Amino acid sequence: MSNTIVKMLSDTLAGFGAATWFFFRILGQLPQALLRPRLIVHQVHNAGALSLVIIMTCGLFVGMVLGLQGFDMLARFGSESALGSAAALALVKELGPVVAALLFAGRAGTALASEIGLMRATDQLVAMEVMAVDPFRYVVAPRFLGGIIALPLLTMIFIAIGIFGVQLIGVQQLGVDQGTFWSQMRGSVEIEDIMEGLIKGCVFGVACSLIAVYEGFTAAPTAEGVGRATTRTVVNSAVMTLILDYMITAIML
Amino acid sequence: MQSSRATEIVTGAFVLFGFAALFFLVTQITNKDFSAGSSGGYILIANYQNVGSLKVGAPVSMSGVTVGRVEEITYDQQQYRAVVKMRINGSFDRIPEDSDASIMTAGLLGGQYISVTAGGSDQFFKSGGQFMVVQDALVLENLINKLAASFSAK
Repeated sequence: MSNTIVKMLSDTLAGFGAATWFFFRILGQLPQALLRPRLIVHQVHNAGALSLVIIMTCGLFVGMVLGLQGFDMLARFGSESALGSAAALALVKELGPVVAALLFAGRAGTALASEIGLMRATDQLVAMEVMAVDPFRYVVAPRFLGGIIALPLLTMIFIAIGIFGVQLIGVQQLGVDQGTFWSQMRGSVEIEDIMEGLIKGCVFGVACSLIAVYEGFTAAPTAEGVGRATTRTVVNSAVMTLILDYMITAIML
Repeated sequence: MQSSRATEIVTGAFVLFGFAALFFLVTQITNKDFSAGSSGGYILIANYQNVGSLKVGAPVSMSGVTVGRVEEITYDQQQYRAVVKMRINGSFDRIPEDSDASIMTAGLLGGQYISVTAGGSDQFFKSGGQFMVVQDALVLENLINKLAASFSAK
């Protein structure tokens, strides 16, 4: 019994250590990877542009729900006019970065992990090494960079669409005054709040991309291994995102 | 080659879209830069001792119907008063010159707005007209002070 616990703990620790080591190996390859912007552009397209539809749809509906729930809650205190600032702050500081990161892990992270995992399973990575081509430089680093560039942008798009959704329900449907809605929002949202959202987006981008490429790269070279790597990517990304979210919030508040 | 070009175009559009969203958030959601939407209608001015938490963009209403927006709030150092410039919708052009403009609060914690009560004059406001009768925002602390003073006087 205690043996299995010790084994689990040491496995978790070893996972963290290996992921950190992996991170530094990517960092070492970044200068060379930056010399090939084409590869990065391609990965920004894969991770970002292809996630756009899901991010926009979910952003709209999260904003609309926020409009309904926020209105109902604030109406109990007779202060519906605070809907704009309440919803905007919630979206900019928390919901936007976190939900965008979770969606990103589900859409782009799994794609990255399974792609690299399949390269491993079909011996493409080994073939590269045999040809003296560093797979870190050509496969891992561009995908990592693409994810880092894509997630902050996706976060901003998510927040903007979300605020549009709040406005759609709050102002157009439930009848909060338009001027009050926007002026209250402008009065309470500071540039620092948007910076907080942006910083969260960047940190989550690093975490989710790192987990995706790490799990893919270290996947067992079997069909089952690729599947397991994909699952672990989503689970670990979600857990890491929420833990990091707490830490950043505690630091920046 | 063709597909890589399409990829680049889509990626470029995505990145531009992302930065446009960031730009929207920075300029429209914060009060860094307020872009007044409409420029139609006409301007009325009211001077207040205290505008409370009245904000630019707050509604100007008559009998509960929104007829305009607060466009600018400045401080006049000659008169030591707050000057509120409001833009009234052009279709509401029969506001009597002796109307009064009071700052009201919507709900318990709600935003503040200007409530205009029509007077009896048959002269109507023109652009740049100034309200003669105004009522300041109700500041809760002042009210409590007055209440406390009246209690201690007893």
